[in-house]
Amino acid sequence: MIAESMYQELILEHYKHPQGRGLRDPFDAEVHHVNPTCGDEITLRVKVDEGKVLDVSYEGQGCSISQAAASVLHELATGSTVEESLGVVDEFTRLMQGRGQVEADEDVLGDAVAFAGVAKYPARVKCALLSWMAYKDAVVRSA
Amino acid sequence: MFDVDLIRKDFPVLSRELPGGRSLVYLDSGNSSQKPNQVIDTMRDHLAHHYSNVGRAHHTLGAESTAAYEDARDAVAAFVKAPSRDEVIFTKNASEALNLVAYAFGNPIATDERFRVGPGDEIVISEMEHHSNIVPWQLLAQRTGATLRWFKVTDEGRLDLDGLDDLVNERTKIVSIVHQSNVLGTVNSVSPILARARQVGALMMLDASQSVPHMPVDVTELGVDFVAFTGHKMVGPSGIGVLWGRRELLDAMPPFLGGGEMIEAVWMDRSTYAPVPHKFEAGTPPIVEAIGLGAAAGYLTGIGMADVKAHEKALTGYALDALGEIPGLKVIGPRTNIARGGTISFTLKNLSGDDIHPHDVGQVLDDAFGIAVRVGHHCARPLHLRFGIPATTRASLYLYNTTDEIDALARGLHHVQKVFG
Repeated sequence: MIAESMYQELILEHYKHPQGRGLRDPFDAEVHHVNPTCGDEITLRVKVDEGKVLDVSYEGQGCSISQAAASVLHELATGSTVEESLGVVDEFTRLMQGRGQVEADEDVLGDAVAFAGVAKYPARVKCALLSWMAYKDAVVRSA
Repeated sequence: MFDVDLIRKDFPVLSRELPGGRSLVYLDSGNSSQKPNQVIDTMRDHLAHHYSNVGRAHHTLGAESTAAYEDARDAVAAFVKAPSRDEVIFTKNASEALNLVAYAFGNPIATDERFRVGPGDEIVISEMEHHSNIVPWQLLAQRTGATLRWFKVTDEGRLDLDGLDDLVNERTKIVSIVHQSNVLGTVNSVSPILARARQVGALMMLDASQSVPHMPVDVTELGVDFVAFTGHKMVGPSGIGVLWGRRELLDAMPPFLGGGEMIEAVWMDRSTYAPVPHKFEAGTPPIVEAIGLGAAAGYLTGIGMADVKAHEKALTGYALDALGEIPGLKVIGPRTNIARGGTISFTLKNLSGDDIHPHDVGQVLDDAFGIAVRVGHHCARPLHLRFGIPATTRASLYLYNTTDEIDALARGLHHVQKVFG
């Protein structure tokens, strides 16, 4: 079954039990991103203090991939530095846009490496990237 | 005698194997249909032995290519019972056909009163339209200051005709609605709307992209002014569509695109135009695609459109029953098998009552079972907004589908519910 390569257990777990979901105060920036081809959307807030990400909170609707990606993002970014987290975003983006040809750096990506299978499905790459692009945008706006 | 097993043998792709040893269950013909050998072979033969430009090449190949291209026009005209072959205009798709008509309105070149549009005039569409029958009319309204209005859709997925007399009135210039919805499957009743349009002197167009491939369509019997449809949904190639229009109106309309072969004579400061259909076919057309469409029309005629319709009606009834038994599945569109085609869109919940996103439904159906459906808003976002949902999963049936494939879909959906349970 090919589906197994995309719907890793870890993705389904994050989908069923999203981490850090819900919009919280205080926050420095809030962004709203949509995926026009499928209607997935996310509202995301960041709270940053002296280069450290104190909180990433979000609310959204969409497929399991987009929702799980937001949950994993929350876990990876919260508590790390802005610089570190943007490094993870870049590596995740490289993996997602690699058409399945890119070897993921597990040391950098942590749990996000579970999304490697998604890169083989061009139609789903945007689902995985939605919250991550929103995060990058929010961090830039918070500066 | 309609024999689906024999028909399936005409479509090579239906017997291919997908990666991982899955067999293909193609339930996405409303998106684009598969092609039979008869179409593939006709196109290959033309490319291999007869190809040249049409209309303007004065040699043997030019004559053969032109004859084949114009024969295709005859085949399409016969397929939709057009009173005259010259009323069949080849476009690149149904969208272009709809745009061609929309751009005829409010064009300063158009002197005919029926195509004059300005502030105070009204254009009527419906909430169940594909974007291709919405956006061209929005653009027309923006260009001219006219007002865009629309029929609402009932909870059951039918056009709400309650306000017909108010909606279509003396200010209405054109009513353009879909013949068969690409999401709901609803087949709209044309006559009451047409009668009102005639009463107030408005023109009427049908987007027949989803009806012409699936039922006998007779443009004369329909009685409307314009009909748009496309080749790739009726076992023909992509890149070729059709506008049928009443000759007298086509003659009154300004050209759409300017270019080669649409002219009669050209001076540096002005031109006169070729008679229809060539007036609307600027530039080298999709020659082989048109010839392929002619072959598609011939293929479907050989099988018989009444039989195609009957087969799909039986399949649709079977599918509505099978899907109706899946807990948490909700059909968006008519649940009774009356005045509806074989396009079934639905939402799905898991057994705990949580929504499963159509992307996830489609992905698991494909990856685990080789079942191809369409997921998303199917280029009909306003209709999804009306039902308060971002997207649906859509199974669309055609002459080559079987009850076994519907059983496979039902099994697949049960599996999806387990994965996302």
